[in-house]
Amino acid sequence: MRKYLSFLLGCLMATAVTLAHAAPAVEEIVNKANMAAYYAGDDGRSEVQMTITDSQGRTRNREFVILRRDEVDGGEQTFYVYFQKPSDVRKTVFLVHKHIDRDDDRWMYLPALDLVKRIAASDKRTSFVGSHFLYEDVSGRTITEDDHELIEETAAFYVLQSTPKDAGSVEFSSYTIWIDKKTYLPMKAEYLNKEGKKYRIVEALEVKDIQGLPTVVKSRVDDLDSGGNTVTEFKEVKYNIGLEETIFTERYLRRPPREVR
Amino acid sequence: MKYKEKVYILVVFFVTFFGITLSSVALNHAAPLDALKDNMYDNYGVDLTGFIESRAGWRLQDDEYQRDISLAEIRLQLEIGKDLGWGQLTVKGDLAADDVVHETRGELRDLNLLFSPLDIMDVKIGRQVLTWGTGDLLFINDLFPKDWKSFFIGRDDEYLKAPSDAVKMSLFFDAFNLDLVYIPVFNNSEYIDGERISYWNSLLGRTAGRDFIFADEERNRFGNDSEFSARLSRNINSKELALYTYSGFWKTPEGLNGDMITPRLIYPRLTVYGTSLRSALWGGIGNIEIGYYDSRQDRSGEDGLIRNSEFRLLTGFERELGHNLTGAFQYYLEWMEDHNEYSRSLPTGSPEKDERRNVLTLRLTKLLMNQNLRLSLFAYYSPTDKDAYLRPKVHYKISDQWAVDAGGNIFIGSDDYTFFGQFEDNTNAYAGVRYNF
Repeated sequence: MRKYLSFLLGCLMATAVTLAHAAPAVEEIVNKANMAAYYAGDDGRSEVQMTITDSQGRTRNREFVILRRDEVDGGEQTFYVYFQKPSDVRKTVFLVHKHIDRDDDRWMYLPALDLVKRIAASDKRTSFVGSHFLYEDVSGRTITEDDHELIEETAAFYVLQSTPKDAGSVEFSSYTIWIDKKTYLPMKAEYLNKEGKKYRIVEALEVKDIQGLPTVVKSRVDDLDSGGNTVTEFKEVKYNIGLEETIFTERYLRRPPREVR
Repeated sequence: MKYKEKVYILVVFFVTFFGITLSSVALNHAAPLDALKDNMYDNYGVDLTGFIESRAGWRLQDDEYQRDISLAEIRLQLEIGKDLGWGQLTVKGDLAADDVVHETRGELRDLNLLFSPLDIMDVKIGRQVLTWGTGDLLFINDLFPKDWKSFFIGRDDEYLKAPSDAVKMSLFFDAFNLDLVYIPVFNNSEYIDGERISYWNSLLGRTAGRDFIFADEERNRFGNDSEFSARLSRNINSKELALYTYSGFWKTPEGLNGDMITPRLIYPRLTVYGTSLRSALWGGIGNIEIGYYDSRQDRSGEDGLIRNSEFRLLTGFERELGHNLTGAFQYYLEWMEDHNEYSRSLPTGSPEKDERRNVLTLRLTKLLMNQNLRLSLFAYYSPTDKDAYLRPKVHYKISDQWAVDAGGNIFIGSDDYTFFGQFEDNTNAYAGVRYNF
C-alpha cells in the first residue's frame, strides 16, 4: 500500500512539475496574444504614419489618427480613423463597429459631399487605404476562424501555426506566428500561399512600454510577391483616455471630436 | 469638331499639365507650397489645402445647338480650416477659368461655422454642402441642391452637390437624433437650361440648346421663399432608420409661368414626406427609401403647366463581388398621381409621360495597383423611358499629389423627350489632371 501511495505521490509530483514547465494551452496563448495586440487598455488613441513603398521604390504616405474603444474585452470594438494625409483624403473619416459573430459595420464620411457612406465589408482581407496592411491586420482576425497549433517553443517565443477553418475565405493556406513569451505580443507572422510558398511577412519592429502596457510602435509588412512593403509608426499612443461611446456615431463623422483634431 | 477648338483643348490641357509638372520640379517638389502651408499652420493655426486641375471634354457627335467642347477649364480650389476651440471655421472656394462659357469665376463652396452650444446640440451655420438619404446618385429625401450640369459634363463627383446657405441644427437624444435645416432663401439645383447641354424644350416641341436658354423665375424673397428640411433618425443594432420631411419648392423648375410672350420656368411649391432604412444584408448593404412628393400648386393634377404629385421609391443592394470588386444595384420608381388628369391637361401633340417611370442602376467598381487605379461604371437604364445613361470612369493616383482621370457621359434613348434620351447629342468624353496640395 505504501508502495502504491509513494508511486501515486511520485506521479502527482511529476505531473505538477511538468505542468509548471509546460507551455500554456494553445487556446490560452492565442487569447492572451489577441488581448495584448488588440485590446490593450479599455480604449486608446494613436497618431499613425504609414509609408507605403511599391516594388519600384516609389513611396506614398498616409497619416491618420485612430481611436479605439472596447465594448467587451476580447469582443466587440469600435474604431474611428481620421485622415490627415494625403491632402485629397484629408478629413475623411472611417468608422468601424467590429463584431465577432457577424460582418463588421463600416462607414466612410466624405466631407466634400457631406456623405455618410456605408461600406459593404464582407472581405476583410483587402488592403487598408492602399497599404500592404489588410483590414484584418488593423482590427484583428477573429481567433476562432483558425485552428491553432503550438509547433515550437523557443527561449523567447511561442511559435504557433494557424490554419483557416474555411480555406476558401482567405488567400493564405496557413501562417506561422511568433508570440513573445513575456508580453504575449505577436512579433512576427509569416503567411504561406495556397502553393505553400511564403509570400507575406508582418513584423513588429519596435515595442515600447506605454502606461505599463507593452505596445508595438513600429511594424512592417512585406509583400514578397510584388516586392513592396509598408512601414507603420504609432506615435503619441495613449490608453484609457475615457473615450465616450457616442464618438463612434454619425454625429462625430460630421463633426470630428477634439481627440482627433 | 472645329480644328481651332481641338487645338485649344490640347493646348489648355498640356500647358497645365506640363506647367504644373515643371513648376513643381523646378520649385523642388513644391517646397514653397509646403512651406506656406506650414507657415499658415504654425503662425495662425490655419489649415490650408487644395488642388489645381485642368479638365477638358468634348462631344463625341455633332450637336447643332452646342459647341463641340463640353468642358475646358482650369480650376484652383483652396480650403482653409481653423479650429477656434469652441468651434470650427471652414472656408472653401474655387477659382475657375472656363472656356466653354468664356468666363472666369469664383465659386464659394463653404463658409461656415460649426459649434456645439449644448452637449446634445451641433449647429452649422453658413454656406455648406448638405447630404442625407440612402440612394446612390438617386435622390428622394435629399432635397438639397444639385448641380446637374457639372454631373453631366464630367467634373469631379464633388460638384454634383451644390452648396446651400443654411442653418443646420442637430440634436442628439438617446432615443433618436433630429436634424433641422432652415434655408432662408431658396437654393435651386443647377438645372439643364440649354447652356452647355442641349435638352428637350417642351414649348418648342424640339431639342434646344444655346439657341433657347430657358430662363427661370428666381425665388429670392427672404423668408417667403425659404426651405425647411428635417430628419429624425435612429440606429438600432446597425439598422439605420430615418423619417424625413421637406417644405419648399421643386428643386429643378418643374413648372411654367404660362406667359406666352416671356415664357419662364418656375419652381412650384413642394412638400415631401419620406422614410428610409439601411442595413447589413446578405453579406452586403441593403437600403430602401420612399417619399411622397406633394406638388402643392397642382394637387388635382389638372394644371398642365405644373408637375403632378408623385410617389417615389428606391431600393438597393451593394456587396463585394470579388477581391477589390464591388457591385451595386438599385431599382427606382416615380409614380405619378392623377395621370388621367395629367393626360387631359396636355396640349395635343405633346409627348406623354408614363404614369410610372422605372429606373435601374448598376455600379461596378474595381480597384487595382494597390488601390491607386480605380475603374468604375455607373449605369442608369429606364425600361419605361427606353433610355440609358452610362458613366464609365478611370481614375489613377500617380502619387500622393498627382491624379489623372478620364471618363464618359453616354446618353442613349429612342425618344428625344425622355429624361436621359433628350441628352443624347451631349454624349461626351473627358479627361482631367489634378495636383493636390
